[in-house]
Amino acid sequence: MSANHDRANLLEVRGLTKIFGTLTACDHIDLNIAKGEIHALLGENGAGKSTLVKMLFGSLEPNSGEIFWDGKAVRITSPGVAKKLGIGMVFQHFSLFEALTAAENIALSLNDGSPISTIAAKARALSYSYGLPLDPESLVGDLSVGERQRIEIIRCLLQTPQLIILDEPTSVLTPQEADKLFETLERLRAEGKSILYISHRLEEVKRICDRATVLRHGKVVGHCNPRQETAASLARMMVGNEVKAVVRAPAEGIETAPALLEIRGLTRKPATPFAIPLKNVNLSVRAGEVIGIAGVAGNGQGEFFEAVSGEVLQQDPGSVRIRGKDAGALSITGRRLMGAAFVPEERLGHGAAPRMKLSENLLLSRHATDGKSFVGSGGMVKNASVYSAAQRIIAAMDVRKSAPDPEAAALSGGNLQKFIVGRELDRKPSVMVVNQPTWGVDAGAAANIRQALIELARSGSAVLVISQDLDELFELSDAIAVMHNGELSAPLPIAEATFEKIGLLMGGAEPGHAEHTMETA
Amino acid sequence: MMRLELVKRPQRSALFSVLSPFIAFAMTMIAGAIMFALLGVNPFNAFNVYFIQPVSEVWQLHELAIKAAPLILIAVGLSVCYKANIWNIGAEGQFILGGIFGSIVPVLFPDFEGPLVLPLMLLLGMLGGALYAAIPALLKTRFSTNEILTSLMLVYVARLFLDWLVRGPWRDPQGHGFPQTIQFGDSAVLPELMPDAGRANWGFVFALVAAIAIWLMMSRMLKGFEVRVLGSSPRAGRFAGFGFNKMVFFTFLLSGALAGLAGISEVSGAIGQLQPVISPGYGFTAIIVAFLGRLNPLGIVAAGLVLALTYLGGEAVQTALGISDKMAQVFQGMLLFFVLGCDTLIQYRIRLVGFAAPKLEAAPKLEEAR
Amino acid sequence: MDITVNILLTIATAATPLLIAAIGELVVERSGVLNLGVEGMMIMGAVGGFGAGYLTGSPWIGLLAAIIVGALFSLLFAVMTLSLATNQVATGLSLTLLGLGLSGMIGTSFVGQPGGRLPNLDIPGLSSTPVVGKLIFGQDPVFYISIALTAAVMWFLFKTRTGLTLRSIGDSHSSAHALGIKVIRYRYLAVIFGGACAGLAGGHLSLVYTPQWVENMSAGRGWIALALVVFASWRPWRVLAGAYIFGAIWVGQLHVQAINLQDFVNAPWVIYQVIAFIKSFPSQLLSSLPYLATIVVLVLISRNKRLTMMNTPASLGQPFVPDR
Repeated sequence: MSANHDRANLLEVRGLTKIFGTLTACDHIDLNIAKGEIHALLGENGAGKSTLVKMLFGSLEPNSGEIFWDGKAVRITSPGVAKKLGIGMVFQHFSLFEALTAAENIALSLNDGSPISTIAAKARALSYSYGLPLDPESLVGDLSVGERQRIEIIRCLLQTPQLIILDEPTSVLTPQEADKLFETLERLRAEGKSILYISHRLEEVKRICDRATVLRHGKVVGHCNPRQETAASLARMMVGNEVKAVVRAPAEGIETAPALLEIRGLTRKPATPFAIPLKNVNLSVRAGEVIGIAGVAGNGQGEFFEAVSGEVLQQDPGSVRIRGKDAGALSITGRRLMGAAFVPEERLGHGAAPRMKLSENLLLSRHATDGKSFVGSGGMVKNASVYSAAQRIIAAMDVRKSAPDPEAAALSGGNLQKFIVGRELDRKPSVMVVNQPTWGVDAGAAANIRQALIELARSGSAVLVISQDLDELFELSDAIAVMHNGELSAPLPIAEATFEKIGLLMGGAEPGHAEHTMETA
Repeated sequence: MMRLELVKRPQRSALFSVLSPFIAFAMTMIAGAIMFALLGVNPFNAFNVYFIQPVSEVWQLHELAIKAAPLILIAVGLSVCYKANIWNIGAEGQFILGGIFGSIVPVLFPDFEGPLVLPLMLLLGMLGGALYAAIPALLKTRFSTNEILTSLMLVYVARLFLDWLVRGPWRDPQGHGFPQTIQFGDSAVLPELMPDAGRANWGFVFALVAAIAIWLMMSRMLKGFEVRVLGSSPRAGRFAGFGFNKMVFFTFLLSGALAGLAGISEVSGAIGQLQPVISPGYGFTAIIVAFLGRLNPLGIVAAGLVLALTYLGGEAVQTALGISDKMAQVFQGMLLFFVLGCDTLIQYRIRLVGFAAPKLEAAPKLEEAR
Repeated sequence: MDITVNILLTIATAATPLLIAAIGELVVERSGVLNLGVEGMMIMGAVGGFGAGYLTGSPWIGLLAAIIVGALFSLLFAVMTLSLATNQVATGLSLTLLGLGLSGMIGTSFVGQPGGRLPNLDIPGLSSTPVVGKLIFGQDPVFYISIALTAAVMWFLFKTRTGLTLRSIGDSHSSAHALGIKVIRYRYLAVIFGGACAGLAGGHLSLVYTPQWVENMSAGRGWIALALVVFASWRPWRVLAGAYIFGAIWVGQLHVQAINLQDFVNAPWVIYQVIAFIKSFPSQLLSSLPYLATIVVLVLISRNKRLTMMNTPASLGQPFVPDR
């Protein structure tokens, strides 16, 4: 048996399987990673990528299957074992401690007893040598998402791993920062290290990866050399069939259409020690158009959403105007009654109460706007009509579920997102504000949600989409503005927008600079 | 070496939602039997004295109702708080202030008589409890002060305040120096329901009415939905447009008013005057009642009767077997522990794992990883 | 001068149990666990300590027993909240209720019995040094333990790798778990340490402070210790300061209640009037001062939201169930 194992393979996985309840998240996965290669793990959301790497890093236990490291069978029972073997991991949702300094964070994952100051010095030196400058003394809570990722990478490199696993590393970076990361990865490869690179962004996989393994519904559907494939052929392997392209009908007469959502000089002080202040944000969204807001996570998008939705009130009533009327002093309920609808970023615990039924979650955002049909005299809830309305939305959005009226937490991320978006679309709102509409949603459902948002706009509503996914924004926006450090750039019409221009703004280039390039373009 | 591992269920277990209080009760019985045995008492004999004898005659059932009424009244109020994830643990103090406020009429205006006296006393009692509960609510909303600690500290203050009143300004001048107020006049005493059968008074009816009303609110009304949303996911509650600060006041005022009503009902019905101590810890025992009733008002009625029985049983074993009446508190504490432990079964499956055993068996659980 | 020294000594005696219990709870909360059972563990330590001391005749064995009883009692909380992921608030409350009941039952036969008191330190020569002698060299042994404990916890939390790990768990148990840190094991140890401290604090009450067993003798000190941790925004040296402030309030109100106004007839008029004014308040108001003061300091400290938010362990009170 061991004769079959190629000595050049650093890691071999045979028939690795993980079952959660009735769901087989990973079904007999085979994977080889050679020494000194960048290996891509491709797959849609929910394909089993995260589950697979968690098993490789010892965070989850496989139900069956074998793992060979350097030709020897191993059992990775904990992250500690993985680290000892020489496996390092950069998490998608960082495993950092906000209240501690960068150096303390790094010290926690190293098992030597050297003093923090020594670790800080080492980290600083290593970070500069890889072009990822880092201040070890700073509190993680004060750092941007990109800087946090640097800590994760430096922390991983300090353990001198043979295999580095990166889980969707560019989702929190500007295109320019991503370029820098790719240089680092290529340098690591040149040093003989292996990299397992998880992504659903096909262009970057084609650009830096030597080989790719594609997962679909928990199974390996193919191994390939991504350089010899096209983005379209990779997408087909990932999704299994052609994804319906989103059609963006030309917006007509937008210039003369009334602005339904206006933000005027919106300023907000940070509510918590680590929050981003909003600085004089101005924007208007007209009937019939989709405006996108790009930006790296943690640049004030969450704070902006709270201010626009009315979860947090403004001092100046005129700083948020809905359909021509001041709404800044109105609560989220008041703004909903003016015709606005909102979809927050977090599905569980913000957009929906996890342990409540879908019908109850319908009531969550519509108890006031549909007060007459859902709530009777004396504040009694009309359960029957809420239930039937929920069923109507479930049917309209093709929400897949295991029970007639399941708890929100029992749905997959994509299906819950379809329900949450459908819950608001069902009202035909005249203003719709969506934060990360398709985060963690599979391609088919994502296309449906995007199409629905465009159609809502074309039917005469104003749609504002906040997203970290540039592909998505280019697909559905008529103009894109960029949020950086609490400031919002002027929207760039889609015809003039490029990844590079938007990327520069995301990285904090002066808005004036961008306007300048606009003029010369 | 073994350890417990929790495996999350995809859906709440309906079976264990029903079974959990019964399992907890059975485990308490077993633990209680062991304890009686350790104290050198035949457990069967002890259980007979503790749980059967105190409720074998009609008048004793009336005593049970007298003890259960304040527990139920306080606990249904607390259940709303706890559902909203707001922790009022100062019901004991609100109970005392309810008793004091309600007693203003019979103590300071003993000549005022008639059918208006009782309703006025009850309203004042509710007002007193609510006002006292408003203090931690105000501090929490204005200064984000921890309500657990403030509401609890106010219990000690309330006890001392009552002590001062009955030894000082409100002491009965003809009371031979005993620390107590005058006996309430007839129109200030809560009538008994069936005077021929036993002492149970209208307090028990108030408790049942409150339980049904709160049950309706929590299960059928938008207000109850609001409480449940804010309690289970506060951020989703804010997204729904429900105000957290308003909810803090609502739950504190409601539970304070009910505790206050319990207080004045106890003073006016069961005692008939103010004394330095008017509660054997009802406000704290009610916390156990609320959890034993799984924060469901109808469950709380049953739980209140069970815990009232532990009080009667505690008195019974003290007189019959010479065991400390603290036994009641021990039973109550154990019961709450087992209830909390068994509630884990609703959300999780429990498996025992040996540290050395290989762990490659199927482990069904909810898919959470993307 | 002697009066001042005596007052300072009684303040130290009153502050010691608060300090020990609060330092223990501070470590527990730094690991992200909220144990509201301090009062219950304390009273169990008090009855266990007194009982063992009374039965063996050795207050030292009593003190050891107090620590062990407190730790064992906290283990109950640990199993419930850490292994069974029960609600920490409710479980802590029930620990307190159970402790108050159980201690009363166990202690029935101890009521009114004379107990042995731990002897004060007495170093010949040094203890008789004027003024500072008694304060520094002549106190009860638990006083020295409390000071050493505070220093040790400070050093442990902020100077050792294990302390850093403990704080990291309090900040984010899921991140800690992802790094392979044994979250549950650390928390078990922290909770048991907190229980041992609360037990020791209880032992101090029944073996030093008032060497006898009285039902409910902890009198809310466990709750005040919990408040002290919040007041101190989770820093050991602030706990020390807070404990002594509360010790002073506790002792101060007792002293004022015990003072006889007649003794001051010959004192200067102003002092006489001030004492007469204080004495004109009912004793119950004076007795409620520690509780009212607790509320006041909680309000004062919570007003500074940034300080509170920066220091509160972010995962405090959240149940943790690892993915498997």
